[in-house]
Amino acid sequence: MARMVTTRRKVISTAAAWLVGFLIFFPILWMVLASFKTELEAFAIPPSFLFFHWTTENYVTVQERSDYFHHALNSIIIAGGSTLIAMLIAIPAAWSMAFSPTKRTKDILLWMLSTKMMPPVGVLVPIYLIFRTVGLLDTRTGLVFILCLGNLPIVIWMLFTYFKEIPKDILEAARMDGATIGRELIYVLTPMAVPGLASTMLLNLILAWNEAFWTLNLSTLEAAPLTVFIASYSSPEGLFWAKLSAASTLAIAPILVLGWFS
Amino acid sequence: MGQITLQGVQKSFGPVHIIKGADLDIADGSFVVFVGPSGCGKTTLLRLIAGLEDVTGGAILIDGRNVVDVPPAKRGLSMVFQSYALYPHMSVRGNIAFGLKMAGMAKDEINRKVEAAAATLNLTPYLDRKPRELSGGQRQRVAIGRAIVREPKAFLFDEPLSNLDAALRVQMRLEVTRLQKQLGTTAIYVTHDQVEAMTMADKIVVLNSGKIEQYGSPLELYEKPANLFVAGFIGSPKMNFVTGDLAKQQGAATIGVRPEHLKVERDGQGGWHGTVSVAEHLGSDTFLYVDAGPLGMLTARYIGELDLHPGDKVSLIPDPARIHRFDDSGKSIRA
Ligand SMILES: Nc1ncnc2c1ncn2[C@@H]1O[C@H](COP(=O)(O)OP(=O)(O)OP(=O)(O)O)[C@@H](O)[C@H]1O
Ligand SMILES: [Mg+2]
Repeated sequence: MARMVTTRRKVISTAAAWLVGFLIFFPILWMVLASFKTELEAFAIPPSFLFFHWTTENYVTVQERSDYFHHALNSIIIAGGSTLIAMLIAIPAAWSMAFSPTKRTKDILLWMLSTKMMPPVGVLVPIYLIFRTVGLLDTRTGLVFILCLGNLPIVIWMLFTYFKEIPKDILEAARMDGATIGRELIYVLTPMAVPGLASTMLLNLILAWNEAFWTLNLSTLEAAPLTVFIASYSSPEGLFWAKLSAASTLAIAPILVLGWFS
Repeated sequence: MGQITLQGVQKSFGPVHIIKGADLDIADGSFVVFVGPSGCGKTTLLRLIAGLEDVTGGAILIDGRNVVDVPPAKRGLSMVFQSYALYPHMSVRGNIAFGLKMAGMAKDEINRKVEAAAATLNLTPYLDRKPRELSGGQRQRVAIGRAIVREPKAFLFDEPLSNLDAALRVQMRLEVTRLQKQLGTTAIYVTHDQVEAMTMADKIVVLNSGKIEQYGSPLELYEKPANLFVAGFIGSPKMNFVTGDLAKQQGAATIGVRPEHLKVERDGQGGWHGTVSVAEHLGSDTFLYVDAGPLGMLTARYIGELDLHPGDKVSLIPDPARIHRFDDSGKSIRA
């Protein structure tokens, strides 16, 4: 607490922090700027930084050509739904592994994590075929399901480490006080784990929001989230940097806002 | 009512036997203290009674009913943990009320009981604070409040005062004893602090590596220790033990004399001779550590100040009525 920090050191470290922050933020800034340029200015060399013809024409075109809100709604449903379901499965799973472990618990945790090391493309064909057979292609249900499964290992793992931190005594006190396992989860464990639950949820939301492999491969239009919306500007009719930037800006806006204000 | 009986209670963790058959009868309303060296199984035995651990063998009867298959909450006991184990996200009120809420009691009745408990424990001003905003002693009182409000058949305490400083410990010791007498509820209290054991207990259980060595009132243990272990464990400074010829003359393998039962005489004639190697002057007492040659180091306690210093020759005369005799196996020999 009472550590002496000289003013000079403070200035230097503040400046360094801002510099690093700016460097990380720069691509996003560049993208936002590009989205307000005309296509020509967008890839002009040397690039103009602030002095170009500011225009919102890209946003208009993007909204005309594809329905942003449709995709945004899909993104919200898919990211939100998969996160919610993942949490509902992961909380009891992590609880049992943290508080009544068996000899195999460590193995199961490692095995779950190991599934994340498998490149998803390795199972694309079987999953695609299964989805086609059961009619889940290009449905929100299908995407919620696959993203939920994909993120579950990480969610369980994170919750497990948070739960592990909670002193066993407190749960035993709750048991002595007559709480059943369900009530112990609701009244004691979950409220105590709120910070951990919140960060796990946010991370899962971001992962699901940005997930581009399964969403691109398993949806086309009906269920397509924003990732598909962006991708549709990157190839078919040549490269449209300004429009791609506009689409991307629109796509990341909600998650940026969420990240900043939570 | 809170009469607790243990019949051949055993507990193993895997292949390791921790509790090796404990038999105990705890009368309703009595204050029983478990003492013993670290790792002897005090906490384990308490947790078995609480139901937080399942017995490997034997029976635990509460008011005559075997509860080994009854979950903790249904045994009607409440526990105070060494770490307090308060619910950090709940206010003091919420903490004390939790058990009643789980029991499905009506709101206004809960409030009434919580406020009564808080009043007994001087917690009323803190009812709406969170545990982290309380001092150690206050947290301890909340933990006790949580235990008493449920009006259990018995309280189980696991070293509840060990995280407090010395002065507060003495105060809480008195408070806990007073509260227990006032409520008349059976209490089982684990400690490794001898003074706590001697002052608080109606009866003490001395445990040693998973076995009950002796069960009796504090003075019984002090005056008639059942064996070498209890003799050495109860009393401070420790009892002096002498083996060899001197013991044989008394018809024992070992004889023991407490430091306070050795009369100290400067250059005296009778008794055991030795040289003072360390003298501790506390004003109220003088502790002498005397090198008695073949008898080994002996400790003597003199009430008051005795002007003796290292190197002084003394003789130590044991009070014949206070010599404890033990046989080969360490068991006490009673005349
Ligand atoms: N869950 C467990 N698994 C395996 N061994 C255990 C477990 N709990 C306790 N033990 C062992 O049982 C023995 C008794 O432990 P216990 O906690 O009852 O001791 P204690 O008398 O309370 O000691 P202390 O005074 O240090 O608290 C110890 O040797 C400990 O290592
Ligand atoms: Mg213990």
